[in-house]
Amino acid sequence: MSKQTLIPIGPYHPLQEEPELFKLYCDGEIVKDVKWETGYNHRGIEKLAEQKSYDEVFFLVERICGICSTSHPFAFATSVEEIVGVEITNRAKYIRTIIGELERIHSHLLWVGLAGHFLGYNTLFMWAWKYREPVLDLFEMIAGNRNNYAMFKVGGVRRDIENQKIPAIEKVLSLVKKKTDLLVGAVMDDPVFHARTKGVGVLTRQDILDFAAVGPTARASGVDIDVRRDDPYAAYPLVNWKVITAKAGDVFAKAEVRLLEMYESVFIIEQCLSGLKKEKEGDVEVKIKHIPEGFGTGHTEAPRGEVFHFVLSDGSNSPARHKIRAPSYTNIATFKKSCVGQSISDATISLAAVDPCYCCTERLAVAIDRQSGNRIMNAKEIISHSASITNKLLQHE
Amino acid sequence: MGFKSYCFKKSLWLFHFGGASCNNCDIEILDCLTPRYDLERFGMLLVGSIRHADVLLVNGSINKKDKPRLLEIYEQAPKPVLVVAIGACGCTGGIFAEGYTFAGPVDNIIPVDAYIPGCPPKPEAILAGIVKLLGKN
Repeated sequence: MSKQTLIPIGPYHPLQEEPELFKLYCDGEIVKDVKWETGYNHRGIEKLAEQKSYDEVFFLVERICGICSTSHPFAFATSVEEIVGVEITNRAKYIRTIIGELERIHSHLLWVGLAGHFLGYNTLFMWAWKYREPVLDLFEMIAGNRNNYAMFKVGGVRRDIENQKIPAIEKVLSLVKKKTDLLVGAVMDDPVFHARTKGVGVLTRQDILDFAAVGPTARASGVDIDVRRDDPYAAYPLVNWKVITAKAGDVFAKAEVRLLEMYESVFIIEQCLSGLKKEKEGDVEVKIKHIPEGFGTGHTEAPRGEVFHFVLSDGSNSPARHKIRAPSYTNIATFKKSCVGQSISDATISLAAVDPCYCCTERLAVAIDRQSGNRIMNAKEIISHSASITNKLLQHE
Repeated sequence: MGFKSYCFKKSLWLFHFGGASCNNCDIEILDCLTPRYDLERFGMLLVGSIRHADVLLVNGSINKKDKPRLLEIYEQAPKPVLVVAIGACGCTGGIFAEGYTFAGPVDNIIPVDAYIPGCPPKPEAILAGIVKLLGKN
């Protein structure tokens, strides 16, 4: 039997900006097994949400993840609106969609840049992040902050996008389109990028189904799923676009899917802007006085895949139970397949290829008493305990 | 010129410690390196190990799992070291201060030299904060 070497990466390492610990078990240069440890980012958001009012929860859920800080409020708003049974105005739908798609553009630009950085292709990193800035400026103009936009509320959006701002948005969109051409050229025409990413970190269609991976990770392996089309919400039924898929399932296919999705996002926003011009200005919100008892679910397509929120209301001012599942939770599990059998140098890009987001993913897995070091609860017990509490609340209702 | 200002006279190397954050401050720190802000023109460089860094940037609320690691990283840092708490969570715990895993804001764990508030602070604010800190020492 050959000896295996353990190579730890992290938890505070320059590869990814978030803390997480990877353990690569290597035989020579080949990765034989990979394990990872998270928890450095756990903040107990589901519990915090139960202490806050429905209006405050929006500010909390957008701080689950800084990069997809619209998809969480989006899903939360959808689930609360399902409890209330309210239909928001068309203008609010368009604005929600615009914000969601702008976020997809900036998130994908960020990933393309980081992917270039991991491959040692720093020109791509600098380009992608340079052309991400105009999108952030746009957010600053619309919402007043570069990240964490605080645009959503139950029954609509907090701020209108006035018609006089539309030309400025269109100008940035045309710039983004032009610069996406540049990035597509920089990725597709670069022989080194091809050599480093083709056939690396391959996930087959069966792997995706086994791990229940979602989003661009699934679409790059030929699994044609997209919440925006399969269960339309907001303004997506009102606009035309197509779901981008690729067959190969390697890192190159994932880059291709994300780059081409940016064109679709621009196309969606352009249609939403022309929709906005037809709607009355300022008509962005339906007043909601009371959240009745009941439960609602909402799912949206974040840049990384499907975000799912479950909200249980007991008729009071704050949610009785709030359950969140972020896309990275299932996507991260595919590391077991994509990294194993690669060389160590390819493992980094394979780890980064699913665009992992650990701050979305954090779960309480074991409860340990700090003083004695005894285990109070293991993962199975925590899950059954949580399920029993939710069942009790549901029966009470 | 005191010893401390002598130590920080030339190019500063930064080490980034991301606590239990929402990732936004991390991204904005990384954003400082990219063409629009270009931190490296001041000779500042983001490095991979605290052992050759002059400044420790801490962002995010610190949870129970992070706390011993932050202490360890601070002990490994060559002294004198400047500690900068970035973002609302780094300064006070922010929106996560009431959480069950919260282990106190950064200044309860290690001494902090500068606070840069904001959720997240703009890259200009991060640069301005570090420059002000240099003027003080």
